[in-house]
Amino acid sequence: MTTNMNETEAGPCIFTRACRVVPFIGVVAIIALGAMFLATHGAKAAGAGVELKERTWGFEAPFGTFDRSALRRGYKVYSEVCAACHSMDLMRFRNLVQEGGPEFTEDEAKVIAGEHMIEDGPDDFGDMFERARILADPFPAPFANDNAARASNGGALPPDLSIIVKARNGNENYIYSLLTGYEDAPADVEMPAGMSYNAYFPGHLIAMANPLSEEIVDYEDGTPMTVDQYAQDVTTFLTWASEPTREARHKLGFQVVIFLLVFAGLMYFTMRKVWADQH
Amino acid sequence: MSGESTYQPSNGFTQWLDDRLPIIRLSYDSFIAYPTPRNLNYWWTFGAILTFCLAIQIVTGIVLAMHYTPHVSMAFDSVEHIMRDVNYGWLIRYVHANGASMFFLACYIHMFRGVYYGSYKAPREVLWILGVLIYLLMMAAGFMGYVLPWGQMSFWGATVITNLFGAIPFIGDPLREFLWGGFAVDNPTLNRFFSLHYLIPFLIAGIVILHVWALHVTGQNNPDGIEVKSEQDTVRFTPYATIKDVFGLSIFLLLFAYFVFFNPNALGHADNYIEANALQTPPHIVPEWYLLPFYAILRAITFDIGPISSKLGGVIAMFAAIAVLFVLPWLDTSKVRSARFRPLYRQFFWIFVICCLGLGYLGGQPAEGKFVIAAQILTAYYFAHFLIILPVLGLVEKTKPLPESIAQAVLGSGGGSASASASPETRG
Repeated sequence: MTTNMNETEAGPCIFTRACRVVPFIGVVAIIALGAMFLATHGAKAAGAGVELKERTWGFEAPFGTFDRSALRRGYKVYSEVCAACHSMDLMRFRNLVQEGGPEFTEDEAKVIAGEHMIEDGPDDFGDMFERARILADPFPAPFANDNAARASNGGALPPDLSIIVKARNGNENYIYSLLTGYEDAPADVEMPAGMSYNAYFPGHLIAMANPLSEEIVDYEDGTPMTVDQYAQDVTTFLTWASEPTREARHKLGFQVVIFLLVFAGLMYFTMRKVWADQH
Repeated sequence: MSGESTYQPSNGFTQWLDDRLPIIRLSYDSFIAYPTPRNLNYWWTFGAILTFCLAIQIVTGIVLAMHYTPHVSMAFDSVEHIMRDVNYGWLIRYVHANGASMFFLACYIHMFRGVYYGSYKAPREVLWILGVLIYLLMMAAGFMGYVLPWGQMSFWGATVITNLFGAIPFIGDPLREFLWGGFAVDNPTLNRFFSLHYLIPFLIAGIVILHVWALHVTGQNNPDGIEVKSEQDTVRFTPYATIKDVFGLSIFLLLFAYFVFFNPNALGHADNYIEANALQTPPHIVPEWYLLPFYAILRAITFDIGPISSKLGGVIAMFAAIAVLFVLPWLDTSKVRSARFRPLYRQFFWIFVICCLGLGYLGGQPAEGKFVIAAQILTAYYFAHFLIILPVLGLVEKTKPLPESIAQAVLGSGGGSASASASPETRG
């Protein structure tokens, strides 16, 4: 029944057969990208509607890794500038040592942690006491609670920066744009007391005064001490902090995709072999 | 439909077991010897892909539940604890979160496949209805799952959706308080959503078993939409369908892997990385992408209809949009199943797909101005497709001649369309 078909008709070449899968893959990809578009477009409508500054970041997909020096400089900017008002409650000093981060040595990180005190206890006598922080301790918070933070900042609450890059539309480009987006207010905008004008902040009026200025943080490695450089470095640091396992994700993803490509190829040819007697 | 079982116990133990609990025979008949139409294309691999998705969601979900804390003051941080401190926690959570999107993506393709090839028609109505039930449960599970990380979109999404129930006359307010376990979305709400989110996948698994059972009673539909007539029309499930399913799945997994490893937050919202705050409403509350078409329908009803307020009208329209799927087998009056032989239906099918995508787009836009008008037009078309176009089309459409058999369509030279015989298939 099927045999004479096989004899009389030469099977289509492998390329033609492979082409039959293309619409299948195409439609799946289009729907997925459509879904992505829906998800992001909806979110964009919520943003300020301003084009953000776009940089090419070394840590972006698919093979991105963080520049260790930039992460270390970024941590310096955070701890000397941002940390005056912003907490990073989810970060612990041990994170500074872990693979894929700034990768300070354990000794370096212990010294950094030891510069900050924390209240511990109660001790055997029931008293609370102060001690130097160790690697297991969180980054220190600048204010005891939200109310204290508001009281010191003209009623505005400086957000926690642990996952700030993932929590804003535009991600790292938004943070970078914001930090470099301070300008003089246009003549027709009335500035309330304590507010600054920022080109990228939704509504443009931001309670945070311009935090960066030339040479505000000392770089010892000769990197230019400019606002743009500080902004790049601290954005890199905050991006890493938002997902400390990002490099591991890229690395594993690469392996998984290679495996799947080979596996799919093997399955394709196995399928051809299995179906060979049916066409 | 496979007729007598051909399973032969191969040794003493399987013979012994077969006399007491013929479970190996059941598996053999269902997944090895089961005859599948030989003309199935790649769109038929999504059944296997969906089964895989369900299994992945259950496995990753159980592990996540071991590390997650369903309490309003700890839920958000416990999710970040999973991301940062649990070994491969980031992988498990990203697979679960993107797995939900992949599950819905596969589900929509599977449903549109069924709609295109008329898979819901007699004798497969129950099979279709079970599928719609699974879809409904998936939406409930997806919605409740998105609440659990207790971010801003979790909280406000839960607030918007639960408030819908308040629009129901008389019982609305008590019903809403019953759902909340209080007077607002709060800790009791999070707790019950967590409990139900854990329960629903197992309900889905149960209905999947019924779905597969119903499938194996009637046999699969196929791209030609004609019934299997002889053994020549079929191939064994294993190895023919299994290997094709595995290949389809591995392509699907490539897409899955792209999202998990290289763009894991593309299908979510940045706002959900901000902890829930009852005092601060996000500027733009949107549900997950897979619920957007229904969200657009909900917001399209901006006018009162007699005693029905616009809010209640929207809720009715939204639920009606799902309910109409249950009666689809009886709304489509055409005797021919596959769109391959229905030139007009084929065009209306694609218009309907565009209509659904359009509603999805509008669901993500602010409910104002031209977006509302567009959503109203598309909502009207959505219902018109089911309630007017489908019933009328079956009566007026001139269908193309059907091939005599699947084997002839696949193996006959020149393809099925050359066939002169045109007796339309009426009953399965």
